[in-house]
Amino acid sequence: MDDLFTVTVTVNGTQYERTVEPRLLLSDFLRHELGLTGTHVGCEHGVCGACTILFDGQPVRSCLMFAVQANGHEILTVEGLGTMDNLHPLQEAFRETHAVQCGFCTPGILMSLLPFLEENPNPTEEEIREAISGNLCRCTGYQHIVDAVKLSAEKMGA
Amino acid sequence: MAKKYVGQRMTRTEDPRLLTGQALFVDDVEIHGMLYAAFLRSDYAHARIRSIDVSAARSRPGVVAVYTAEDLGDFWQHGPPLVPAPHSVEGVIFHSRTQVPLAKDKTRYVGEAIAVVFAESRYIAEDALEDIVADLEPLEVAADLEEALEPDAPLVHEDVGSNLASHLIQDKGDYAAAREKADLVIKRRIVIDRGAAGAMENRGVVAHWDEKAQHLTVWDTTQAPIPVRNGLAQILGLSEHQIRVIAPFVGGAFGPKIMMFLAEEFLVPWGAMQLNRPIKWIEDRRENFFATTQERGQIHDAEIALTSDGHILGVSHEFLHDTGAYNPYGLTIPLNTQSHSMGAYDIPNYHSELRVVFTNKMITTPVRGAGRPQGIFLMERLLDLAAKELDIDRIEIRKRNFIPPDAFPYNHRIIDQAFASLVFDSGNYLPALEKAADMIGYEKFVKEEQPRLRAEGRHVGIGIVSFVETTGVGPYEGSRVTVEASGKISVATGVGTQGQGHFTSFAQIVADQLGVSPRDVRLVTGDTSEFHWGTGTFASRGSVVAANAIHAAAKSVRAKILKLASKVLETPEEELELVDGLVRVADIPQQSISLGELAVMANPLRGAVEPGTEPGLESTDYYGPQYGAVASGTHAMIMEVDPETMMVEIKRYVAVEDCGTMLNPLIVEGQVHGGVALGIGNSYYEQLIYDENGQLLNASLADYLIPTAFEVPRIEVGHEETRSPLNELGSKGAGEAGCIPVPALFAQTLEDALADYAIEILETPMSPNKLFELLQAVKK
Repeated sequence: MDDLFTVTVTVNGTQYERTVEPRLLLSDFLRHELGLTGTHVGCEHGVCGACTILFDGQPVRSCLMFAVQANGHEILTVEGLGTMDNLHPLQEAFRETHAVQCGFCTPGILMSLLPFLEENPNPTEEEIREAISGNLCRCTGYQHIVDAVKLSAEKMGA
Repeated sequence: MAKKYVGQRMTRTEDPRLLTGQALFVDDVEIHGMLYAAFLRSDYAHARIRSIDVSAARSRPGVVAVYTAEDLGDFWQHGPPLVPAPHSVEGVIFHSRTQVPLAKDKTRYVGEAIAVVFAESRYIAEDALEDIVADLEPLEVAADLEEALEPDAPLVHEDVGSNLASHLIQDKGDYAAAREKADLVIKRRIVIDRGAAGAMENRGVVAHWDEKAQHLTVWDTTQAPIPVRNGLAQILGLSEHQIRVIAPFVGGAFGPKIMMFLAEEFLVPWGAMQLNRPIKWIEDRRENFFATTQERGQIHDAEIALTSDGHILGVSHEFLHDTGAYNPYGLTIPLNTQSHSMGAYDIPNYHSELRVVFTNKMITTPVRGAGRPQGIFLMERLLDLAAKELDIDRIEIRKRNFIPPDAFPYNHRIIDQAFASLVFDSGNYLPALEKAADMIGYEKFVKEEQPRLRAEGRHVGIGIVSFVETTGVGPYEGSRVTVEASGKISVATGVGTQGQGHFTSFAQIVADQLGVSPRDVRLVTGDTSEFHWGTGTFASRGSVVAANAIHAAAKSVRAKILKLASKVLETPEEELELVDGLVRVADIPQQSISLGELAVMANPLRGAVEPGTEPGLESTDYYGPQYGAVASGTHAMIMEVDPETMMVEIKRYVAVEDCGTMLNPLIVEGQVHGGVALGIGNSYYEQLIYDENGQLLNASLADYLIPTAFEVPRIEVGHEETRSPLNELGSKGAGEAGCIPVPALFAQTLEDALADYAIEILETPMSPNKLFELLQAVKK
């Protein structure tokens, strides 16, 4: 507990250096050390997917990692996806189909979908549901989210 | 003025902020010098506290304070009863026992807070919990609902003398007489359990006491910021105006976030004042299972009496309801159950005997549905059983019993959750039933597809159930609408928002009155410094009560605009119109003035004003309904069951809903989808499993199964619109409708799918295990 470690990590294209306890969760590091509060914490046991970020391009549950494990790596969070005036096509699609209600699960779902859409530019309903089956949403019943992914695939493919 | 925005499928104004991670949730609040709280919670469902030694915890580096019940002095008080005893029913027994901030003498449920630690980080605070030595002497546990009422049962509250928290009988007509005349009486025991709300965001509170300004700011995931403010003012000895409670963006609520005051909601603000440091407490998921309220079980012994042609003469049920260790929320849930135990039907005789039972478990308070699904499950199951016995088609038997459309307002003469007579304001149930049957292709499925599938050996069932939903209850809400100098409109209302799209749907109402775009209407909800009269978001009332208050305030502002503009433009009011942010003369559109300019004129810096004038273009108005509006609908589904694996697959799901005037159909559909998803969880996947020691065995999302994108099908939504005569918008609530009929529908459909096994499903939730046991018991 007394040993501190220096972590150097690139998040959304910016390099950060912080000195932290080894037991500090990556989710807490992003949210409270770096102030990037778009990544949400729903369970801390790796089930709900709200904390999903991209770690060297792969979707990872940040609540199941320690910040020190991110040393030297690259992370993308929802803040790196788009801005309010310049939404990513996927975010735009979510808005159009009413795929957001309380918004708590949303960043994790967006991040889970990015690599999926890169590999599956034309997914079926079944494939989309499988892709988001690791993300819990209590508000939407998932349907409009599936619609958003279909719409976004169209937009991004166009 | 032509209706323009209300009723439109507008996308939501608030979405870009949520989509880009820029929305403020409670855990996003960071204040310099903030401390973090952690709670030591009882591991026993029932235990005497012999001693609590916090000395080691206090001396851990980074720990600033540790408190037990003794340390709170006069601040240790029982929480307020949020819902009192029903005063209008004779012979009611009601023992009010409300929760405490930290347990003293004994703990009554697993998870009850015993001590609180405030430390420099959450990590240190949780370390310090392990330093605390709590010497608890386990006592016998009252875990089972029926056993808790036996004479030798361990007592949750010794001074009550038993575990009977409440006893209430309601009668309509004369069931006993009706029973004598019946051609058929069906009697069954029906067991119902519900579960956790499971919002993705757990609870949280941040409190900041500014000693110099003598002001307390509290960020809280609450559904009811105004009552929280008022309650805190009372307990802490402050003026209400010294406290600001903010419910920012909240990650789902579904009921339990209206419960106040649980330990944390009081202790964090109190601690902030004691220590003169800001304090944050964020619940983690495991804690949520123990520390946040939930809904649990009811056991019904029920009867239905009918004529041979399927007309219901009466319904009777005796039931037990589990309130947990305390009952701050009174009888709301079981009263709702009673209100829905006659469903959508014209039933002249009803008898209900309710016993509410204390158990050594977490307090139960409303979770989406709030007792209504239980009533509908009861009614629809009894009706389905009757349909089978009488060999009447299940659609036909419902048609024969619906309250006819000309019978409204229909007074059931029992009392509802507001202790007033249960009156259904309006309704037209047949069109929704027919539409649902049509949408799912009921006839064709039953006549052609199902026989073909059955011949292939597949077990595919179809189900269809109808329901009602009481909504839009009082007491009231309020709103203030203001035209700003910029020409944009600002609106404030006291209810909070947890994903329902208030920022958009409410703006649509204002836009229609003031001739602006909803995107130019900026709404604030859930901030007591913006609006401090009202109760909160619950019971599907936002689109009725808050909406109509906003509508009233917008109308008042419209009237002020027209009055002033009439003077300024020297034109009679009838010749003016409000369009595109301007007031203009209808036939001479060049003669106009913008709302912003008008607002500035209405607030002069110099000169005299006429007596009786109010400054600006602003109005505050309130709306309180006479009684609640009743929504309704019909759900249908086709489901395949594998009798080897017990896995189910929903092939089609149809939901036809009638919530009167829809403010925004896109948002209504979202609410229906989410409600159905929760209902599916309540029907087959979710159950809080407690053992005989009151221990919750599945306190994690790995074991408490919230439906994923695999379990929730595509839901086809149909709409009917029976406007409520109770309010100008004609609206009814829509937040809970999705989940209410699902368990009843699941049971009916499962039975139909497994018709060759001839099972009766008299409990909910079902599960693969329970289905297996049922099938084993009735081998083909």
